[in-house]
Amino acid sequence: MSVKTLEIDGKMLTGVAGETIFSVAWNKGIRIPRLCHIGGISDVGACRLCLVEIEGQKKLQASCLTPVEEGMVVHTDTPKLRAHRRLIVELLFAERNHICSVCVMNGDCELQELATELGIDHVRVRYQFPSLPVDLTHERFGLDHNRCILCTRCIRVCDEVEGAHTWDMLGRGTNSRVISDLGEPWGASDSCTSCGKCVQVCPTGALFAKGKAVGEMRKDRTFLKYIVTAREKKQWIE
Amino acid sequence: MTIEELNQTQADETARQQALDERIYCCTAAGCISCGAEGLRNAITEQVKSQGRLDKVEVCGTGCMGMCSRGPLVMAASGTALYGNVTPSDAPALASGNPLDRRPLADRQIDLNAPFFTQQVRIVLANSGRVDPEKLTDYIAAGGYQSLARALTELKPPEVIEEVKTSGLRGRGGAGYPTGLKWELVSKQISPTKYIVCNADEGDPGAFMDRSVLEGDPHRVLEGMAIAGYAVGAQQGYIYVRGEYGLAIQRLQTAIKQAEREHLLGSRILESGFGFRIDLRIGAGAFVCGEETALIASIEGKRGQPRQRPPYPPESGLWNQPTLINNVETFANIPPIIEKGGAWFASIGTPSSKGTKVFALAGKIANTGLIEVPMGTALRTILFDIGGGIPEGKFKAAQTGGPSGGCIPEQFLDTPVDYESLARIGSIMGSGGLIVMDNASCMVDVARFFMEFCMDESCGKCIPCRAGTVQMHDILRRMTLGDASEDDLAMLEELSGLLRETSLCGLGQTAPNPVMSTLRYFRQEYEAHIRERRCPAGHCRIEAGVPA
Repeated sequence: MSVKTLEIDGKMLTGVAGETIFSVAWNKGIRIPRLCHIGGISDVGACRLCLVEIEGQKKLQASCLTPVEEGMVVHTDTPKLRAHRRLIVELLFAERNHICSVCVMNGDCELQELATELGIDHVRVRYQFPSLPVDLTHERFGLDHNRCILCTRCIRVCDEVEGAHTWDMLGRGTNSRVISDLGEPWGASDSCTSCGKCVQVCPTGALFAKGKAVGEMRKDRTFLKYIVTAREKKQWIE
Repeated sequence: MTIEELNQTQADETARQQALDERIYCCTAAGCISCGAEGLRNAITEQVKSQGRLDKVEVCGTGCMGMCSRGPLVMAASGTALYGNVTPSDAPALASGNPLDRRPLADRQIDLNAPFFTQQVRIVLANSGRVDPEKLTDYIAAGGYQSLARALTELKPPEVIEEVKTSGLRGRGGAGYPTGLKWELVSKQISPTKYIVCNADEGDPGAFMDRSVLEGDPHRVLEGMAIAGYAVGAQQGYIYVRGEYGLAIQRLQTAIKQAEREHLLGSRILESGFGFRIDLRIGAGAFVCGEETALIASIEGKRGQPRQRPPYPPESGLWNQPTLINNVETFANIPPIIEKGGAWFASIGTPSSKGTKVFALAGKIANTGLIEVPMGTALRTILFDIGGGIPEGKFKAAQTGGPSGGCIPEQFLDTPVDYESLARIGSIMGSGGLIVMDNASCMVDVARFFMEFCMDESCGKCIPCRAGTVQMHDILRRMTLGDASEDDLAMLEELSGLLRETSLCGLGQTAPNPVMSTLRYFRQEYEAHIRERRCPAGHCRIEAGVPA
């Protein structure tokens, strides 16, 4: 297995061939922001928050999809990237109805955390205030479209890890909506196994367990690692 | 069909056509059909029949003749007299061979020596308007499938690629990637399965080039694809054509069936060892499916969304196999290149942009229609000589490249039309849509129109494009209503930068182009909307008394 040496934010790091910039950086404690990536499932490069500058390349690259190469010089936190990330997160806040004070995930939400990190204390674009439903038909879980950021983690984990493919995307553009089966209520879904993986990977309070009050919901972000390691190495370790 | 039979068919059909007194071509492309060309063609055929001249006169439907604004068009006297705005009541006159009978038509005769015709160089459209798109023998008589025969018998695949490289042909879909290099990339991939894909998902507002090529000369595209398949080692091709193009789909289906029956497609083409199949895939109305990775996903039966490149399709495309994707017009250029040689093609155009380009003239221009000019032709020549100028009012801007392009103001009218020059002035070549605007057009509203298009057509995968286009449209909409501030203008520019630099695919990255180019050349219009709550073009209805 060949080793690639590269520089990320001034640190000399090594990664194996095929490893992404994102994974090398996180392994060494450089936390590149992300919302659609989660370890254990495929990457789609949709949130554009993990974009990095690579010296010698004109375009910004999604670090979750760009493999490391020998001699690369990568910058993950420049003023330009921070400005872009800030505006992307602002766009997300304006797109749906994210009201932290009444959300079960208040205090443990990845979107909220990212906004704090980026120093977003107000949103400069107009709120869209779309009228969106909440699906509470499932016995144990709920789906609040108002808090969904369309990262598609739920779709991918359901398809790739659970193998049920209950979730998918309906519509396009700003009308995109996560749906269960062919647009039926979640509780009426034949394919859903009620495993709850989608709930655990959801970065916001869009998917939540019922019976939690404001700020009470906590998600287990590490369980995927166990499953993937168990599958690949046949060992129940992290 | 063997090559001997192909030559025989060509000779027989040419002799048959020459033995006729006259061939009357009726334009049956979408534009003319919409103003009654089908009924007209039937009326003329009926008249010819009743006058007992069926054995001497042939009435054919053809592809686009170019001057769509004067449709329905009829070309009589075997292509020497063109009549516009023809009605079925003119059928007896046209059917009669007597020149005196055609006198009433004289005022509607279109001068074939007008700049509209003389300034054009027709390579892609050579057969359009002169060949019946539904008859294979017509295409063969015009020299069709000879290039494929030549490639299969005289050239080795690398020689075909070399010829395309010599020609300097660049992708006609808009980006202008050198076609020969792309072919070489695919041919060098080691894989038993490769694919050729023809991108016919033309979706820019105001663009109808690919549509006209497919409707007017479908066999040319099939031949180009088969040559490409031979050159890169592919056995299967797909034409991804948008579902809205019903007539193009129907004519392609007919053409594929005809070609397969004569062994010009399928296994053992022209009795050689080479086999190539072409199937149609019909798009369902998503603009983003014109983006190559989204197009691939759509053919595979998945949701039509782009994915990160690299890997590029030549390495890993359709079903993860090496895939060559070219535009309709690019493939249509291939048969003449193989027939006449790459050097001939390279002698037309500018040093960096070779050959010709088909443009669809639309908007405020006298001669709305389809034209083909050598690369490097000045925009002024295209709009004022060929296009016949602006009917009323004064020229303001020309929009090229659709929602990914920009507006070109008057001071750049002498810019030669080629990939680099257009990019330098903030627009793009694009696929060939050319929308002309006069001084009654408000540039803020034009930007709003294209942003609305991008917003509606965003696939929703990446945040900057999905949510950014909504915000940009909202700001532009409020500007046209007189409800925007300086901060909105600043945010509009910041969002433009965001979309350009962070969007996942080309559509998101280029979505701000209409805004940026109008801001560059018509900033004072934006400022008038904001500061004075006034539309300089008098287009936007800004109500007095509404707070800015």
